[in-house]
Amino acid sequence: MAELSDQELVARLQGGDKSACTICIDRYGTAVYRLALRLLKNEADAEDVMQETFLNAFKAIGSFEGRASIKTWLYRITYNNAMMRLRQKDPALLSLDETWAAEDGAVVVPQQLFDWCCLPERELTSEEAREKLATAVTDLPPALKGVFVLREFEGLSTQETADALEISTDLVKTRLYRARLQLRENLADYFAGAHASGA
Amino acid sequence: MNDATRQTCQQLLGDLSAYVDGEAQTAVCAAIEQHLAGCENCRVVVDTLHKTIFLYQQLPQPDLPAGARDRLIARLEIEPI
Repeated sequence: MAELSDQELVARLQGGDKSACTICIDRYGTAVYRLALRLLKNEADAEDVMQETFLNAFKAIGSFEGRASIKTWLYRITYNNAMMRLRQKDPALLSLDETWAAEDGAVVVPQQLFDWCCLPERELTSEEAREKLATAVTDLPPALKGVFVLREFEGLSTQETADALEISTDLVKTRLYRARLQLRENLADYFAGAHASGA
Repeated sequence: MNDATRQTCQQLLGDLSAYVDGEAQTAVCAAIEQHLAGCENCRVVVDTLHKTIFLYQQLPQPDLPAGARDRLIARLEIEPI
């Protein structure tokens, strides 16, 4: 049997077909979980948010109008649920994120100019380097992390990311740029240190 | 680095993300490449930015934990939707 299109899937969900819920979970469960995990850094919290996201989505499916794809819509619910959880755990994070958002127009000036591109591949892809990559992205402010994860890990377009996060495409571009530069800076610090200690 | 060069570096930084994604306009690309040919600091920033993006794209993606799908489906059975 041919795979159900997303439009057919939505129609079946809106018609109350419970088997469509399973199809939707099988199709998007991993993507929803991954976004939640990147945002929350905790597997148990990410699974809770995944559950809340699908329950919220299935309850609200009647209001889904199809202006964005169902995947983008699920990402939006995931992001909002994850942000709510982060704020419950650490209310200060909200003001920190607003501070970051207020700096959207500011110019980021790179500080670390160590050229680590030509380091041996084994140094760039070591277990420790991979851990550093993962830590650096989880430490990004949520406003930047949401954009970076959706664009770089989940492969969403600028427009899809804007739809998922309910921000403008210009803001997606600015935040992606800031996230990339901040990560570059962190990695440059790390590789400069690792190279110096290994030299 | 003199003030004129620094000014050009800051202009370049504003267009860098579109440039590394191949989305910058032709004239912007030409201006950036001309600047990079004479500015070692910016060349390092561009090269390491490219490499940063590449390394992130190579990172393994986390999988759904064992049992997570079934736990969600079991919850759907007991919670009305």
